[in-house]
Amino acid sequence: MMNYSDPSPGRAVQAEALTVVRGTRTVLRGLDFTVPRGQITGLLGPSGCGKSTLMRAIVGTQAKVTGTLEVLGHPAGHAALRTRIGYVTQAPSVYDDLTVRQNLAYFAAILDPGRAAADRRDENVTRAIADVDLTTRADALAGNLSGGQRSRVSLAVALLGTPELLVLDEPTVGLDPVLRRDLWAFFHTIAATRGATLLISSHVMDEAERCHRLLLMRDGELLADDTPDALRTRTASETMEEAFLHLVDEAKKSSTPAKTKEQTP
Amino acid sequence: MTTPTPTPAPVTPTTALNASRTTATAIRVLAQLRHDPRTIAMLIVLPSLLLLLLRYVFDGSARTFDGIGASLLGIFPLITMFLVTSIATLRERTSGTLERLLAMPLGKGDLIAGYALAFGILAIVQSALATGLAVWVLGLDVTGSPWLLLLVALLDALLGTALGLFVSAFASSEFQAVQFMPAVIFPQLLLCGLFTPRSNMHPVLEAISDVLPMSYAVDGMNEVLTHTDITATFVRDTLIVATCALLVLTLGAATLRRQTP
Repeated sequence: MMNYSDPSPGRAVQAEALTVVRGTRTVLRGLDFTVPRGQITGLLGPSGCGKSTLMRAIVGTQAKVTGTLEVLGHPAGHAALRTRIGYVTQAPSVYDDLTVRQNLAYFAAILDPGRAAADRRDENVTRAIADVDLTTRADALAGNLSGGQRSRVSLAVALLGTPELLVLDEPTVGLDPVLRRDLWAFFHTIAATRGATLLISSHVMDEAERCHRLLLMRDGELLADDTPDALRTRTASETMEEAFLHLVDEAKKSSTPAKTKEQTP
Repeated sequence: MTTPTPTPAPVTPTTALNASRTTATAIRVLAQLRHDPRTIAMLIVLPSLLLLLLRYVFDGSARTFDGIGASLLGIFPLITMFLVTSIATLRERTSGTLERLLAMPLGKGDLIAGYALAFGILAIVQSALATGLAVWVLGLDVTGSPWLLLLVALLDALLGTALGLFVSAFASSEFQAVQFMPAVIFPQLLLCGLFTPRSNMHPVLEAISDVLPMSYAVDGMNEVLTHTDITATFVRDTLIVATCALLVLTLGAATLRRQTP
């Protein structure tokens, strides 16, 4: 068996029997998976299937997590992880009554405090703004930006501390195709040049093609954990969308007899 | 969209209180307010305008104005800071920025102290203006030093900030947060001795007023009003208000959770 106290260098995230309960609902049911380091792993599934909860668990903001969840060699939520993970929630979490630059400057001061670090912070802020292509809007109030621009400010905050693991919850929702292509290119660049690990959720299947690996979820369970090519081959499908639907139907078929059994007294 | 790999910063660990992170938070809160000049104007000018109004309500009886005016100098900062802080922290909770901050190496104490510092600075400006107006323009007759009035007003503002931070944890909408003002502030207002001396109240109410911090805020103001020197009662009153503010701030920090359901 695995030795969990030993940080495994090839894995950014390792989950075993990961279960999350929210209220009375079991949102994640005993997930087992790994997220390899230095790659882009896509987390796909219909809305409400538990993607955001899984991401919150990895970041360490989700309560009532049971099972094993190891992130960058520490249990999820460990204080040492707070500077090593960049997290972008689905709704942009930035201050609408601050400018783009003021937003980033504040979060930078939390990650890398002190007067001595002021120059390095300025550099990082300017770079993060450039990374999300908002240099021309740097002095605009976040509240006056468009929805897509605001979510890019939120993304820029996550890029500030040069995190080893980036957890991005639907970062491309509401963006135009050009920007989406550019952002995906940027994700590949930071994976390749900085060795960063990215876990990106989406419910748009064509984005799955751009990931190295995929975790397909439905109803709190994992349907598949594989590369896009392997998934298409396995399901004999042309597109990811087809492959996903095939896997959903397959899962339904195998779970239906069990459900009817439960219902009959 | 691609830029060279930046140099990673050394890791500054999360501590209970970090001066730089606290200051950064206070500067951020003030910067947010700076983009909202109307709120600043109302915060700073409203108490003075209300005092002006009060002065001419008691046009024929300047003595009454002395008593009520001094008490209100302590009560205004408490109420305004309570309102502003409870809404500001509620917005922090609902906008997702609180979750983001708590996923970062920010100590809970840093956030609370940052808010207290920012609103404390505003309270100084607000109270200085109101006290100056009351004493030098409206002829409020204080026996003691106006500086002591200012000190009590500042402590009251801190208490208001602390209470606002604390109750915002129990409000899930702005509607609820605003209702906490009649729930938390009004009973104290009725029992603090503003309308009638506390010794005239029903013994049960007097006993309750003995444990409410606003009673001591008003007592402290009245001590300054009637005594030339710093009395033992004044010291006791200010200490009680300050301790209450610190206690409630600590409770407020305890309501911040890094993990939420």
